[in-house]
Amino acid sequence: MWQYTFKRLLQGLITVWFIATATFLAMHSVPGDPISGERAATEAIRANLAARYGLDKPIGEQYVIYIGNFLKGDFGISYTQQNRQVNDIIREHFPVSATLGILAVLFAALGGVLWGALTAIYRNRLPDTVIMFLVILGISVPSFVFAALGQLALVNINNFFGFSVLPVAGWGTVRHMLVPSLVLGMGTMAYLTRLMRSSMLEIIHSDYVRTAKAKGLPAERVFLKHQLRNAILPVVTVLGPAIAAITTGGFVVELVFAIPGLGRYFVQAVQQLDYTVIMGTTVFYGAFLVFMVILVDLLYGWIDPRVRVQ
Amino acid sequence: MQEPISTEEGFTRSAIKQLAVLGASAVLIIVAVMYLLNFAASLTSTNVPGAAGAVDLENNEISIYLREDPPQLDTTRATDAVSGLVLGHLMEGLLRYDENFEIEPGLAERWEMDGTKATFWLREGLRWSNGEPITAHDFVFAWRTTLDPKVGSQYSFIFYPIKNAEAANTGTMPLESVGVRALDDRTLEVELEQPIAYLDKLVAFVTYYPISEKFYKSTNDRYGADAESLLYSGPFTMSSWVHGATLRMEKNPYYWDAENIPLDAINAAFITSDSNTLLNLYKDKRIALVDLTAEMLEGAMQQRWHLDRFMDGSVFYIEFNHRPGRLTANLNLRKALRYAQDDGELVDRVIKLPGYLPAKSVFPIWLRGVEGTFREEYPAPESEYNVELAREYLEKAKQELGISEFPPIVLLADTSPVATIASQYYQEVFKKNLGLEIVIDPQIFRQRLAKMSSGDFDLVLSGWGPDYNDPLTFADLFASWNLNNRGHFNNADLDAQVRIAQNSMDPKVRMDAFGEIQNILFDQVVFIGNYERGRVYATHPQVKGIVRRAIGAENDYTRAYIVPETTTP
Repeated sequence: MWQYTFKRLLQGLITVWFIATATFLAMHSVPGDPISGERAATEAIRANLAARYGLDKPIGEQYVIYIGNFLKGDFGISYTQQNRQVNDIIREHFPVSATLGILAVLFAALGGVLWGALTAIYRNRLPDTVIMFLVILGISVPSFVFAALGQLALVNINNFFGFSVLPVAGWGTVRHMLVPSLVLGMGTMAYLTRLMRSSMLEIIHSDYVRTAKAKGLPAERVFLKHQLRNAILPVVTVLGPAIAAITTGGFVVELVFAIPGLGRYFVQAVQQLDYTVIMGTTVFYGAFLVFMVILVDLLYGWIDPRVRVQ
Repeated sequence: MQEPISTEEGFTRSAIKQLAVLGASAVLIIVAVMYLLNFAASLTSTNVPGAAGAVDLENNEISIYLREDPPQLDTTRATDAVSGLVLGHLMEGLLRYDENFEIEPGLAERWEMDGTKATFWLREGLRWSNGEPITAHDFVFAWRTTLDPKVGSQYSFIFYPIKNAEAANTGTMPLESVGVRALDDRTLEVELEQPIAYLDKLVAFVTYYPISEKFYKSTNDRYGADAESLLYSGPFTMSSWVHGATLRMEKNPYYWDAENIPLDAINAAFITSDSNTLLNLYKDKRIALVDLTAEMLEGAMQQRWHLDRFMDGSVFYIEFNHRPGRLTANLNLRKALRYAQDDGELVDRVIKLPGYLPAKSVFPIWLRGVEGTFREEYPAPESEYNVELAREYLEKAKQELGISEFPPIVLLADTSPVATIASQYYQEVFKKNLGLEIVIDPQIFRQRLAKMSSGDFDLVLSGWGPDYNDPLTFADLFASWNLNNRGHFNNADLDAQVRIAQNSMDPKVRMDAFGEIQNILFDQVVFIGNYERGRVYATHPQVKGIVRRAIGAENDYTRAYIVPETTTP
């Protein structure tokens, strides 16, 4: 078990290094750089700025310096906000995105499992049809549409009641968290519902369940211990990539609900060609996702004894 | 006898009961996690209490939004509009613009210009927000720091009319030689390279604001990073700044004109650029002002919202690549392209954003002339939409260039929504009317600039925003020495006229020169005008006195005030 974990961690580190290198090369191969502005600067000033930020050195040297700093935990200073360290930006804004993401994953996972089980139990009857219709909507409709509709609904609700039931945008209290994380988790919840449904249906008709029922096991035990627990497995497998989708999908929700998360900095950094922030956020997200996937794999092994490595 | 319940149904019912229990526990888990996360968050960061709504009559505060987190509040390096907006409330310079766009005294109570020397006398008793006096030395320090080549400020060029400024900025002369000095604590003397007529307009610009040297050095390279690393000379101080989330400005008791500032605080409670979100916030009565898109306009008018309109100052146009060897360097081709399109159609039928006007000239409609507006006194030459004429010029161009068919022409553009539809419009129009193949090259802003600078384009959708309230900020755009002239247009007549406008002190002579420039730009088809940007916006009925301008802070709340609610709409 530990050997397996160690091997996966090592693989993860190599993946992260690869992500960093690929991003570095991609960044430097597009035209433009972070120090040129709309008001054109003279050659002398450009040269000064380039020297100050080390952009005048050959690419190979810049890369080595960058990796060196990165291993020391120093991601540098943002080019757009020249008095903010990238570490500060990540430290201040990631917790917000993480909160949003954790809640979204919780909504998606818990909701997906429960709705999926419900549709499987009521297979082909009215609840199943209704929920599956909603599921198709949930999978196909993009998150920014949900976000916009959700916000509009809030405005109308607040208007109708005459007081602020839930905040329309912003961040800072528990009430601000509800709708954005729901919107963010919606697509994944729909997807997991469908997955859970097919998984449950397969299991309901499987041999060991019929055996358990024939043995006369109480219904609750059959349902919980055998059906649900087995049906969850595919959902857990998918949870790793689902966390990835939710983490990176946070940008749209953050923009629409005016939430100070890291996703917005991530996207804006690319638009501004802010090298340090691009590298810092990409490597950070990359590392986060790689290790999330490893964690989920280990979790899977814990849930399903058949998968444990010898 | 009752029908026995089938085992299947019984099974289903028990499963549903269990699901219900699980569902309830799921809800409880989620609620618990939410409170836990919120608690954890409050331990590590400072949360500003949520907005009390757009208008708070009791506390005399309003809530507004910002399009983005201000990236740079260090006046020596600020370049963008949001930073400019915030700085316009937190700081002040020697002079400032009033609500009619005229220059009036700011921190300086009077000034005198005499040839190449200008003297500014500061008011008595000026203080920073920490109680220290504001002196002429603070201006000297700020200006020198901006010009320091090590600082590498993008706006250092705005000081170039000052003696030795350019030399100091390129490192060929020491900073002490720059023509600005403090004769005493309250007198600032500025020496110019040449006498210029627009110095008063220049010194109202953000880069000319003062900075306390003592404070600047005490922040250890973190000047401008957050609310504690700034010192305030203007109507408001920044009492808190949670990056990306909120920014709160409170009345500055040390400001010399504090008794004429009506509001006690301004909350920038939301930071986002999504126009739908902002509209929803406005409808939910969370912010006091919002810009409207075309779809919102009708609804807004029906609901009798309080609407206003202003020109935000910027002009957008198609710029050509005039470098020798490029197709677009040919005048007949440029004429063909201009006759083949109708700028009214772009604004009215394609872009359809309220407040936009077709750009008839590089000089926008709000610029002042000698007595009235510039465009009244020097009307822009009229172009016309004439497809036959366009095709004639295209033939002439083909002959001159010695080609039988034109190769694909590259149209470089930003990825913003307006640029996207504008580029698609031109692609279609030039194809339909002239049979030309236009290849759109969408690039993010910085990449677009880089390609312009390296000449990697034929046509480009570009624009310019004014720095100061004088036509010169637009007139010199295509002067051959201007680094912003990325199309490399080079015309000796234009250059000569720009020099006249720069150096003459006579308003009529200068305006005549601008008129000439306008004609030359038209005759030589240096660009094709797209639109002048304006906006239609709604304001909360209880907030009055908001000023929006083409120059300086785009939204000015310094003179805004709240009126009590009335029963009549």
